[in-house]
Amino acid sequence: MKLVLTTCLAALIATGAIANTVFVSNEKGNTVTVIDSDTWEVVTEFPAGNRPRGITISPDGALLYVCASDDDTVRVFDTTTFEELYTLPSGPDPELFVLHPSGNPLYIANEDDNLVTVVDTESHTVLAEVPVGVEPEGMGISPDARFVVNTSETTNMAHFIDTSDYEIKHNILVDQRPRYAQYTADGSKLYVTSEIGGTVSVIDIAADGAPTLRKKIGFDVPGVLPEWLQPVGAKITSDGKWLFVALGPANRIAVVNAETDEVVDYIIVGQRVWQLAFTPDEKYLITTNGNSNDVTIIDVETQKAVKSVQVGEQPWGVAVTPDRDG
Amino acid sequence: MKRGIGLRYLTTLLACVLLLGASKGHAVDVRTVVFRIDYPQAAPISRFDLLPDDIGFAGALLATEDNATTGGFLGHSYTLETVATPPDEADAAFDALLARDFDILVVMAQAGDLLRLADRAGPDRLVINALARDTALRDDQCRANLLHVAPSDAMMADAVTQFTTWKKWPRWYLIQGSNPADRSLGDAYRRSAGKFGASIVEEREFEDTGGSRRTDTGHVLVQRQLPVFTQGARDHDVVIAADASDVFAPYLPFHLWDPRPVMGSAGLRPVTFHAAHEAWGATQFQRRFEKLTGRYVREEDYQTWLALRVVGEAVTRTGTADTARLRDYVLGDSFELAAFKGQKVTFRPWNGQLRQPVLLYDGRITVSVSPQEGYLHQTSPLDTLGLDAPETACTAFN
Repeated sequence: MKLVLTTCLAALIATGAIANTVFVSNEKGNTVTVIDSDTWEVVTEFPAGNRPRGITISPDGALLYVCASDDDTVRVFDTTTFEELYTLPSGPDPELFVLHPSGNPLYIANEDDNLVTVVDTESHTVLAEVPVGVEPEGMGISPDARFVVNTSETTNMAHFIDTSDYEIKHNILVDQRPRYAQYTADGSKLYVTSEIGGTVSVIDIAADGAPTLRKKIGFDVPGVLPEWLQPVGAKITSDGKWLFVALGPANRIAVVNAETDEVVDYIIVGQRVWQLAFTPDEKYLITTNGNSNDVTIIDVETQKAVKSVQVGEQPWGVAVTPDRDG
Repeated sequence: MKRGIGLRYLTTLLACVLLLGASKGHAVDVRTVVFRIDYPQAAPISRFDLLPDDIGFAGALLATEDNATTGGFLGHSYTLETVATPPDEADAAFDALLARDFDILVVMAQAGDLLRLADRAGPDRLVINALARDTALRDDQCRANLLHVAPSDAMMADAVTQFTTWKKWPRWYLIQGSNPADRSLGDAYRRSAGKFGASIVEEREFEDTGGSRRTDTGHVLVQRQLPVFTQGARDHDVVIAADASDVFAPYLPFHLWDPRPVMGSAGLRPVTFHAAHEAWGATQFQRRFEKLTGRYVREEDYQTWLALRVVGEAVTRTGTADTARLRDYVLGDSFELAAFKGQKVTFRPWNGQLRQPVLLYDGRITVSVSPQEGYLHQTSPLDTLGLDAPETACTAFN
């Protein structure tokens, strides 16, 4: 059955249909759910190691990288056959990572060892281990790939690691338990979410990559305790206009006007929303809802939730294949 | 060193950004002490409760490492000195530390000793209570130079009561021990029952007759005695044990006359932390602690860790080790700290008590966390636990 579905999906992609493939890591289910972005139907679900969380796809769309946190490894799958190809060394308990825009290397946060591990995705070797603050978590990379940003949850900093020499060049203090770092497409701004602080730090980035903390975005939803407004995942449209922030147990996505950095709306999604991903055309935003075992599909233009899709147990991360030449 | 110059510049930059201009990026050296009084104690009922020699110190060591990692990026260094003393040598040992100009002192001592030491420290030093739960320390006995990272008995009792209320178990059978600490804990439960509308339908005192805690196959006698002791009670939903002295509570579950859940000093217990807690990123804390110390974490270790993390966070944000400024900062609106409890912990500025969620622990897992859903408060749901501002007799913080 799985093979049939797989073949169908492969055929769908091969015909150059607009559909992209959405991969959702299920933290408790130990699986990845595959969804077709045209029909929003679940195509299949396959085993992905123990406690899969962070998930990303190579720039050519061929490889799916999954942080199998409890296996202390990164598992690499073929995005069309869903076969596991090999594993990458990751250091213990990998949670989140970011891929160089060229597809190599992979920068991985190791929460237990206060390290960012840099792994060559071709030779499968560790290139460097960069000491950072306590409990490294969020990983972002500047569009020009000069800096990798790591957030450390107990140190409460964003560390700016120079990708040429793996030295930390800048540190910025943010609010408690920073979870995620997201650059704008033009590289002029960086957003860092702070889960326990309940804020998103807006950091201006100078031409040489130097950061300056400009403001902090707070959240306020009538009828929701402020304690539950916990920013986690964040994504910004490539035109730099709209920032979407997952608010965890508040079960909402905050819509932020990224030109003014003011919150304009909240979209109700499933429970305990963790991470976000756009479809490549940025028509849709997909949110993983950990405690309702589903993903919510948001229409980016209308800023409305249009559909929810049941996935595996406790979905955590989400990644979408890029458009491919038909 | 290349990094050093960059960091010094950065410290200045951050200080400006945070409008904490006094820091000019000078190196800050933070010297801290954990001061522990070791009281003569009877053997615990369970071997699992034997105290390791490094109790409390281990948590402080981890906090110092965590602080130093962060401080490394800011030019702040942290040192820790740990002192364990018998009660009759405590004052001299404490005075020796004061003479060496230590002014941030985390204390693990009983209430009377703690107050005396805090008074010896004087108003210019910062003393942090990492152990004593006596509610009076946060009430009429409060001190301006004394902050409480340890929760009060009132907070712990309220954490239990909110759970029994959520479960709709309003009828309590309260069993307290006969020692002063047990009666005081019993009072905390009586107060809490009144606060949240639980009824104490039956109340008994279990007399501590002394003697050895351990006898071979003592369970045979316990199995016969406990049902007799507990029989004939009015209808109740839950048994609440107030046994601060560890004399009888662990025997209650499964030996009651009427089969009922037990909470309080046995069964489902309110704790600040336990070694199986994994939610909200706590797994990383557990792994760091176990790697450093080779054992599981205990509440005392979490509390000393938290006390020094409070200090570290305040130093990080203010760029100073000056105790007056650190105290102002942690009591102010800007202070917040992540503590693996799912929400930030902050201080009550009117009595120096750290607000914190309380874990309800069955000996193996986190069963629930209080405050329970639906308990609201105009300041913070955490203020539904323990003494609230209008109730306190504490005036030292005014």
